[in-house]
Amino acid sequence: MSVKLTTRQVGDVTVVDAAGRITLGEGASMFRDTIRDLAAAGHKKLLLNLAEISYIDSSGIGELVSGFTTVANQGGVVKLLSLTKRVQDLLQITKLYTVFEVFDDEAKAVQSFK
Amino acid sequence: MEAHTLERELESTLESVDSAEQLVFAEAQALGLDEDDLYRVGIAIRECMVNAVVHGNRYNSRKKVHLKVERTADRLAIVIGDEGDGFDPKAVPDPLDAENLLRGSGRGVMLMQSFMDEFQISQRQPQGTEVKMVKYKAKAT
Repeated sequence: MSVKLTTRQVGDVTVVDAAGRITLGEGASMFRDTIRDLAAAGHKKLLLNLAEISYIDSSGIGELVSGFTTVANQGGVVKLLSLTKRVQDLLQITKLYTVFEVFDDEAKAVQSFK
Repeated sequence: MEAHTLERELESTLESVDSAEQLVFAEAQALGLDEDDLYRVGIAIRECMVNAVVHGNRYNSRKKVHLKVERTADRLAIVIGDEGDGFDPKAVPDPLDAENLLRGSGRGVMLMQSFMDEFQISQRQPQGTEVKMVKYKAKAT
């Protein structure tokens, strides 16, 4: 399985539920395209729910960062929700915890965009 | 225990990344690594294979990726070589520098170093880059 991305709206926050693997190839491409399409459509408050992501490689991490900058360049913000222990470790190793706001609770995450 | 060794010559494709991951994963399981170390070895192999296929051989169908895995009682040693133009790890900007944190790439070597117990890059003869990585089985406490 590559990655499965499902988008839903909670108020004015767009939640992207991601499941599977974000790795070089189809997974990373789908992820990049989805974030770019949302940004191009004017979605400025993106919450990426990574609870069901089992695996991210450096390409996937790169797409997370690129998505963050793409949305930020359009005046928006990307936040992360429900990281697995392994994804948390990756963000710590890469120091990206200093870049992303991370939440465990969806309601609190949505509220933080207000 | 005698060393168990396997060697493969792989095509310069992303499918080879999956193949190498599966081959090494089976050896890592046979060694008895725990789930966390299996995951770490998997990440390291994928990163290394991607570098060999994408940056080393540049998907060139005439160039191969050379994989060697040696398993002994307490460790797994993996050597991955490409036939590219060579690689200077010092030329990669430090991905942990504040000015590089938002770069979209350049984290692969750091992840390999973080997840493996030994990591070494050298020039491959007659051409290319060779990476040797070792993972030790954690001793029971």
